[in-house]
Amino acid sequence: MTNELTNLTLKSALDGLKKKEFSSVELTQAHLDAMEAHRDLNAYILETPDQALAQAKRSDEKYASGDNAPLEGLPLGIKDLFCTKDVQTTAASKILEGFKPQYESTVTQKLLDDGSVFLGKLNLDQFAMGSANTTSYFGNVINPWTRNDGKNSQLVPGGSSGGSAAAVSAGLCLAATGTDTGGSIRQPASFCGLAGIKPTYGRCSRWGIIAFASSLDQAGPITKTVEDSALLLQSMSGFDPKDSTSANKAVPDFTSQLGQSVKGLKVGIPKEYFMDGMPEEIVKLWNKGKEWLRAEGAEIVDVSLPHTKYALPTYYIIAPAEASSNLARYDGVRYGLRVPGKDINETYKNTRAEGFGEENIRRIMIGTYVLSAGYYDAYYIKAQKVRRLISEDFMKAYEKCDVLLTPTAPSAAFAIGENEDDPIKMYLNDVFTVPASMAGVPGMSVPAGFDAHGLPLGLQILGKPWDEATVLQVGHAIEKAAALNLSPYTHQESAA
Amino acid sequence: MDKKTVQKVANLARLNLSEKQENELEQQLSKILGFVEQLSEVDTDNVEPLASVVDIELPLRKDEINDGGYADKILKNAPEQAEGYFVIGKVVE
Repeated sequence: MTNELTNLTLKSALDGLKKKEFSSVELTQAHLDAMEAHRDLNAYILETPDQALAQAKRSDEKYASGDNAPLEGLPLGIKDLFCTKDVQTTAASKILEGFKPQYESTVTQKLLDDGSVFLGKLNLDQFAMGSANTTSYFGNVINPWTRNDGKNSQLVPGGSSGGSAAAVSAGLCLAATGTDTGGSIRQPASFCGLAGIKPTYGRCSRWGIIAFASSLDQAGPITKTVEDSALLLQSMSGFDPKDSTSANKAVPDFTSQLGQSVKGLKVGIPKEYFMDGMPEEIVKLWNKGKEWLRAEGAEIVDVSLPHTKYALPTYYIIAPAEASSNLARYDGVRYGLRVPGKDINETYKNTRAEGFGEENIRRIMIGTYVLSAGYYDAYYIKAQKVRRLISEDFMKAYEKCDVLLTPTAPSAAFAIGENEDDPIKMYLNDVFTVPASMAGVPGMSVPAGFDAHGLPLGLQILGKPWDEATVLQVGHAIEKAAALNLSPYTHQESAA
Repeated sequence: MDKKTVQKVANLARLNLSEKQENELEQQLSKILGFVEQLSEVDTDNVEPLASVVDIELPLRKDEINDGGYADKILKNAPEQAEGYFVIGKVVE
């Protein structure tokens, strides 16, 4: 089940390529073979083997001539929310099936400029709306991890970047791009035993990423290790004049603080994250995280984020409002699906009803309602006011600490079909990730332990705006202290 | 949220819903609106709405043409096109 080349981290693969221990073509082919062997996970919507091998061949030539770029020859998976030139981009929706962008998103262009190889487009929740990757028009993604209860129930990989997480975990790419609006990088990373970081809002360009909720959407990496996250984020970050909310700030070296002692760092524990009915094993994991950092010399301080409980309801006004506006463009005129009607209005209505998924329709309806005349102030403006209070909570907390430590999600991966009966139950998955999205601050999930069924659980580190480097430093310290075997296959073999 | 409101909002959002969908959405949307209702207990007097989390002033650029001239690319994904235009059904009788 294991293959040496697909088990490598991004960093070790880069070192191997530099030392010419193997070629990019060999590395890429190993991943293409693994993708074919694991189509049951449904992690990819589209595989692009020809393009990948052509890129790999060019990378091998670059290594031979010594002009290799920072990520030269490393095979990556791309969430199918990033527009890729001449390669189908769907947002996992029927309404965009067959859409071939005539341009490349800024983030993927940066990755290409840095020499990486694209293996294909990864499955996700439709228009990135979901927490279980069960809303894709192209079918559910399966988590490569299973419970050790012998029942073999198929588990969700989390969402919305579920294809990204499942693929990295199963060795179907070395690392992947994701996007995070309310937790869509951090929660799937937690569910699949991976590292994933949502940088500060404005760090990565949103240009060419299919928009869900523009004031929240951020790109980021999902990887096997914290070091890999730092490497990939380095390439993805930077100012882009084509995104008016992209920050014109220098990008620091994200690897510079990795391995540095956390001694003297102040780690805040927000008391509001202790929620009623929180599973015992999540509390234990959180305590373990505190102990690890304390043992390394960090100072643990209690802090308060008083508006935490209002983050989720605020999110479920702001995100649908922005989504209803962003998704208005899908009208069957310029691209994507068209379902003709007797007049133009009926064409719009037919196209949109048939093209969007159920969760998209739900959120467009909420968004349209809260933005409609008579409700705008009561819902949308009210939510934006509460958003300011949530954001101020973080800034006050950061007067007392450098980072915050919390659980990433209230549970480990659940079975497909669970939590489907009630939208709000599904929304509660993001209860620990949404507040940081509302505040725009950077956050990462790092694997820290296992639940009673042997499934991975993550801890979340939140940082000050623009201070991803310290988030990665603390993430790295937790990763080192936890020292886990995070292969879904060998972990379970060794536990059995 | 009653059925009439669901129909009105669906029309605003240009969604052709089945009766089954209308009934489901009436229930689900009521539940979600009930959930967000808790915001009313937060005192937001004298709080400015927050539209953007980052302290970035929206940049201005010179008003000059710096892109364009590729109608073929723009039409590439059109469901229907002719003579360099998107084609839709008759709008004006």
